[in-house]
Amino acid sequence: MSLTNVSMTINGKSMSAAVEPRTLLIHYLRENLGLTGAHIGCDTSHCGACTVDVDGRSVKSCTMFAVQAAGANVLTIEGMAGADGALSALQEGFREMHGLQCGYCTPGMIIRAHRLLQENPNPSESEIRIGISGNLCRCTGYQNIVRAIQYAAAKMAGLEFKEAAE
Amino acid sequence: MIPGSFEYHRPASLSEVVALLGQLDSDARLVAGGHSLIPMMKLRLAVPSHLVDLAGVPELKGVRLEGGEIVIGAMTTQHEIIGSELLAQHAPILRETAEVIADPQVRYLGTIGGNVANGDPGNDMPALMMTLGATYMLRGASGERRVAARDYYLSPYETAAEPGEVLAAVRVPVPPAGHGWAYEKLKRKVGDYATAAAAVILTLSAGKIATCAIGLTNVGGTALYAADAAASVVGTALDKPTLARAAAAATAIAEPAADGRGSAEYRAKMAGVMTARALTRALARAKS
Repeated sequence: MSLTNVSMTINGKSMSAAVEPRTLLIHYLRENLGLTGAHIGCDTSHCGACTVDVDGRSVKSCTMFAVQAAGANVLTIEGMAGADGALSALQEGFREMHGLQCGYCTPGMIIRAHRLLQENPNPSESEIRIGISGNLCRCTGYQNIVRAIQYAAAKMAGLEFKEAAE
Repeated sequence: MIPGSFEYHRPASLSEVVALLGQLDSDARLVAGGHSLIPMMKLRLAVPSHLVDLAGVPELKGVRLEGGEIVIGAMTTQHEIIGSELLAQHAPILRETAEVIADPQVRYLGTIGGNVANGDPGNDMPALMMTLGATYMLRGASGERRVAARDYYLSPYETAAEPGEVLAAVRVPVPPAGHGWAYEKLKRKVGDYATAAAAVILTLSAGKIATCAIGLTNVGGTALYAADAAASVVGTALDKPTLARAAAAATAIAEPAADGRGSAEYRAKMAGVMTARALTRALARAKS
């Protein structure tokens, strides 16, 4: 089967690779471009570990072909920190509030939470839980993930988050 | 899991889509949001040789009012349905239903066209479209035709659409002002298909139910239009015995398979319970 050259803007950089039409976006990112931040968890569009942001939408990249994202603007976990390595508010929140244990779900959680906070900068706890309902975590019980997102929302609004991690 | 090989097409107009379907092998498949088809392709349950992506067809997008109907382009996503002010104002049951479909990521890509077109009895929108009396606009080589949602579903994954036809839009008659509405879905977890679900649209006159429509999700080979259950509540104020009769009428037409969600008997019973709950909530929302 012939290869197609697929280009997109990833974390602000134009990138491309020649792939088959059947190449999934997650494989394109991980294997063709070496961006291994997004993880493959269930491979059945349930767990959300492969979540990346495609043109302002949180997408499970195991359920989209790379060709479908041709020309898109993509954000992955590698693009969250500043150029100087300074952590984003969400990354800092996950560190400060112990929003991860094994860390497998974290790239997907953070990219999903990023879009959630773009759309709703001041979400209630319930809106956060609904917002991340497509991302599974088998370690934390979600309490500290919710707090990490609350921490980031507060920080982005210039406020101090006073609750402690559990 | 790696899907089989295929050739990818991204037409830019509806007429191009129809022309392509005419030229390609019969196993060419349309892809909208891809969240039914791509998992099937990864399992090799679907192995199309051509994939025709509808994402580049602008005329399939958007929600608008046209006469007494709401026209929803087939590529309108569940996320866009939830965010649509026009739908919130005129037919809020669409938002309530879209909110219980899958999860946020799937709703960003999953479309109303994909949800209603492929004939999966687990999908939520078909029963709702039957309840609302919606019409599907099918475009093929010989032009456009209308098929009522209530006539569209024949058996699991078998529909009234002919090979080469594309579902371009759904047309929903605007429900009367003051109507009551509810979609009740029983599911085990986020992202699950319904154990059973019921959609209700009703209107009141002088405190009694004047009109009622009920649809059932995932308790048969297709979505079900529960005409007898709906007729049994018209003219009543929905007292307890009436609710029990409506629930029994819904259970009576349910023919679910036994699966991980429960036995066939349990799921049929739940079709009745969801019907009673949706009726109760719709009544509370309706205004005479």
